[in-house]
Amino acid sequence: MAAWDGRPPAPSEFPPPVDSVGEFIKRELDPAEERIEVGVAIVGGGTAGLACANRLLQLLAQDPETLAALGEVPVAVIEKAKACGGHSLSGAVMRPGPLLELFPELSREQWRAERFAFGEVRNEAVYLLPSASAKLRIPIPPNFRNHGNEVISVAALARFQQRRAEEQGAYVLTETTAAQLIVEDGRVVGVRSGDKGRGKDGEPLSNFEPGTDIRARVTVLAEGCWGHLTGAAIREFRLAEGREPQVWELGVKEIWKVPRPLEAVIHTLGPWPLQAAPRYRQVGGTWLYPMKDATTGEDLVSIGLVVDLDYRDATTSPHDLLQLFKTHPLVRGILAGGERIGWGAKALPGGGYWSMPKLSMPGALLVGDAGGMVDTASLKGVHHCIKAGMLAAEAIHRHLRDGEPLSSYEQAIESSSVGRELYAVRNARQPLAKGLLLGAPISGLSILTKGRIPPGRMRWQPNDEEPMFVGDTAKRYVKPDGKYTFDKLSSVYISGNATRDDAPNHIRVERRVPREIAETWRWMCPAGVYEIPEDAPERGLVDVIVNYTNCVQCGAITAKGGRLTPPEGGDGPLYRLT
Amino acid sequence: MKICVLVKEVPDAAVEKRIDPRTGRLDRSGEKNLNPYDTHAIEAAMQLREGGAVEVEEIVAVTMGPESAVRALHKAVSLGADRSVHLSDPTLAGSDVAATGYALAKVLERERPDLVLLGQQSDDGECYTVGAVVADHLRMPSLTQVIKLEVQDGGLRCERQAEYGYDTVQVELPAVISVGDAINEPRYPSLKAIMGARKKPLETVSASDVGIDAALVGEQGSRVRCGDFHDPPEKAPGQIIEDEDTDETVKRIVAWLEERKLI
Amino acid sequence: MADVLTYVLHYQGAFNKNSLGAVSEGAARAAEIGGACDALVLGGEDLSDELCASLGSWGARRVFRARGPEGLAQPVVDAMTKVIDEHGHSYALFGGGLLGFEIGAGLAARKHAGVTMEVTAVRAEDGRLVAERPILQDSKVSVSRYQGELGIIIGRINAFEPVRRDGAGAEVVDVEVELSPWSTKARMVSRGEQRGADVDIEGADILVAGGRGLGKAEGFQMLEELARAFGGNSAVAATRAVVDAGWYPYAAQIGQTGKTVSPKLYLAAGISGAIQHKVGMQASENIIAINKDANAPIFEFADLGVVGDLNKIVPKLIEAIRAKKGS
Repeated sequence: MAAWDGRPPAPSEFPPPVDSVGEFIKRELDPAEERIEVGVAIVGGGTAGLACANRLLQLLAQDPETLAALGEVPVAVIEKAKACGGHSLSGAVMRPGPLLELFPELSREQWRAERFAFGEVRNEAVYLLPSASAKLRIPIPPNFRNHGNEVISVAALARFQQRRAEEQGAYVLTETTAAQLIVEDGRVVGVRSGDKGRGKDGEPLSNFEPGTDIRARVTVLAEGCWGHLTGAAIREFRLAEGREPQVWELGVKEIWKVPRPLEAVIHTLGPWPLQAAPRYRQVGGTWLYPMKDATTGEDLVSIGLVVDLDYRDATTSPHDLLQLFKTHPLVRGILAGGERIGWGAKALPGGGYWSMPKLSMPGALLVGDAGGMVDTASLKGVHHCIKAGMLAAEAIHRHLRDGEPLSSYEQAIESSSVGRELYAVRNARQPLAKGLLLGAPISGLSILTKGRIPPGRMRWQPNDEEPMFVGDTAKRYVKPDGKYTFDKLSSVYISGNATRDDAPNHIRVERRVPREIAETWRWMCPAGVYEIPEDAPERGLVDVIVNYTNCVQCGAITAKGGRLTPPEGGDGPLYRLT
Repeated sequence: MKICVLVKEVPDAAVEKRIDPRTGRLDRSGEKNLNPYDTHAIEAAMQLREGGAVEVEEIVAVTMGPESAVRALHKAVSLGADRSVHLSDPTLAGSDVAATGYALAKVLERERPDLVLLGQQSDDGECYTVGAVVADHLRMPSLTQVIKLEVQDGGLRCERQAEYGYDTVQVELPAVISVGDAINEPRYPSLKAIMGARKKPLETVSASDVGIDAALVGEQGSRVRCGDFHDPPEKAPGQIIEDEDTDETVKRIVAWLEERKLI
Repeated sequence: MADVLTYVLHYQGAFNKNSLGAVSEGAARAAEIGGACDALVLGGEDLSDELCASLGSWGARRVFRARGPEGLAQPVVDAMTKVIDEHGHSYALFGGGLLGFEIGAGLAARKHAGVTMEVTAVRAEDGRLVAERPILQDSKVSVSRYQGELGIIIGRINAFEPVRRDGAGAEVVDVEVELSPWSTKARMVSRGEQRGADVDIEGADILVAGGRGLGKAEGFQMLEELARAFGGNSAVAATRAVVDAGWYPYAAQIGQTGKTVSPKLYLAAGISGAIQHKVGMQASENIIAINKDANAPIFEFADLGVVGDLNKIVPKLIEAIRAKKGS
């Protein structure tokens, strides 16, 4: 453990006990009788991974020769949740192009009939919130224009894509984690599934079932935000060399059933409920999206708050900030008389273009959030996930059929809408690190000039290198009333979180850390995983309690000094509408 | 010995269950899973096979349900069943416990098992009953809440949890045994078994294939109708005592207990 | 015909409390629809005339006594079928507990009748009885209405309250029952073996539960003393957090990932009342909470909330209860 002299500590000084290359990379395949052979293994059954499966199977349906060469299981999707989409969460207002391209036979009405889409955006509004009661409507900045886009649920979309993929012939292995990447002679040759039936201390229980090696000709890493194998692959193949470090944001979201429909897509840019003063380094915003369930006729609202994880006040709690946000008259006017029917949280990569890793390595590709393909200036990533999945499928198909190198995928991304749109906002977020007042104008300028001014490559500082202090943000939080505002535990409950009581701990953190770090984790975690014992000292080192069974797999801990590894397959939340 | 295991797909425990506002009925969308109690039944069958006291030629998973019930059968097969039978028929929709048990019994009549195993309850509220209904139709002895099962004296030696403690009961075969979750720790299926499940034989049968009398099943054949879902009566708000004088507080607690005849 | 037939379980010369509850409930409800309640018992020589007639003081009009093996369900199905066929009861009612489910279900098959289980309330409606049961984790109530000649009602444990009344003893009627061939294929080898460690938490009348607020594992010794002071059918339970910490065994865990209980009294000491725990005990008839945190969610649904230090309150409570009972 690093020596520490009492200054505001940064989480990076207390790194988690993990050696990702040593632990999560397997250097040799098990013998043939013990392993499974598949054609293409896709790790992650979210939107990107499934888009890759959907597109690949479309191409293979027209190319029986290549299909046959892939063997009995041409495409396998490995998903750790109980169902695809179970761990997926996003706002979301999606640009329709890529999904229309993927399923050209489906109209947007049919999207809504399939219950993953909830209406086209017709009206929109953007507000600044100077205080807990005031609001100031501003003209819609270009990056927030959403006219014609569709409000969707990624959890529901993934379920739809899963059904499609299964109809197309994919093997979707839910409740299965990919615990290790198998690399032989410098090439990714597959993944190893996770063990099941280990106890609290990792010991095998009576029904212990070891994982299995899955050998694949091509592996696609679609694990989402800072995926488990993605992290190991990036280190092993040096995919982040020469790039900006990745940075993250944490979003907490609720779904409400409301008596009156919300008539517009709303974004608020703060500063309230965040603190504007630069020393807090709180940057973020909120959304309110109307959702019309075409089947039941119910009016729903998606409401959420996103905070960049480079904040410095340890008491910053995205969950509590969302509860606080709800007390604003703007929100009360929308949610009053309604009922909360969903909750969830998820981290997302915010570094943008300069932080994207190299997207291919021998034998494997990165798609979606795992490849950092999120435009956090306009809060758009879903359509990039779909497009990237499709481009990966096409590159894989060309590779299998014609022997073209897999790396052709990289150029395909660069010259597609994914590359172009991300390039345009490449310097849009970095200026906000100076604080809203100083940074917003520069950010705006960058967006307006599509990244030309200011020129060059703007840097990022890793989230875990920010020194933390115990501030007063927590004083603003409201006491949950259980009807309109809620505590973390009851929120975890409605996320459908189910974890075996004696499951092993899947969270790696240093257990004895300065109070400031412990407080950071305690407040940050939306699920109440980290607790500080009552008798712990107010200053100095404390022992952190880790209630890992509450974990909803948001991934934020990985940004702020810990490491999330996959739990046993099937554990975690079961999101349906997030 | 031929073992049939009755399995059921139920809404996943993690799914928030609601009343569908359009129909006033239970909203049955959302993830479904193999009833966790049935995994104990399959495990019990596997342990009988692996135990060696008796030769188990076949373990057959049987379910009654809509198309999606096939997933429960795949899971059952990945856990060790050799093949499965899916009873699926629109006339069966809306069957109550008595109708369901009757329909399953007709499928089992065709299979002629030596032992029928099932989980004693299911996650969607039904408990301890289907086994007894099936057994009555099959004219077989039945026991539920069984937490230990051994082949002995040509029959089964069962231990079950009852009101007064544990009973040991000797049961002649063929029999219907409903098992509790304390009976064993179900195994996890290996990936190979999961992927191989699709290749195992799955037979789909209709009501008429097995000689079910339509008048006895479905909504028409059910003798109990459930509905009128409403909120339970509002509980009166509770009393709060702030403890200042503990002797006084304790006096008040005791008075409260006496009022309600709790001591 | 508006008569109700209940089954009464007996063991070592005493009738089961849940069965007596069914008799009382059956008598009260039958009276509302112009009928009466009879009881059926099945066993050996220990079912004396006196014992059977005593069911009259719980509300039974007649007691049908059949000879057969105790503790098994299928012989009772045979017996009840015979009595119902002969005397035309319209409802069969069972108190909470294992055999009731099995018998009720077997009867439903034999008579092709509707059956509802986990019933918490029975009421009269237009000259018929309807049963109510909770669904969706006790958040809603469903109403069951029966079609046909017989309706079968299986109560949730502790749902029906035994009510003593004055009056004559019940008429004891012996019934000859020919057991079905399969009813003789299960043979009781030994009955009612006690296994010390496993306390029947789900059947307890009074549960004293402990959570993190106890401070340390030793706190459970105090709760065990409290359970002993209450006496009767009392047990100690625990929250997931303390079971995780190793303070108490998993068999006593209440909640989303533990047992679900509905005792007459649930005394929660040092328990915050998070929903993961609440869903396991919210159906308890009476809930007392002792917690030093006035903001603990448990105070929102406790019938009696005591904000204070449980280490001061519980020892004095133990003394006070002992004093009340000892005297």
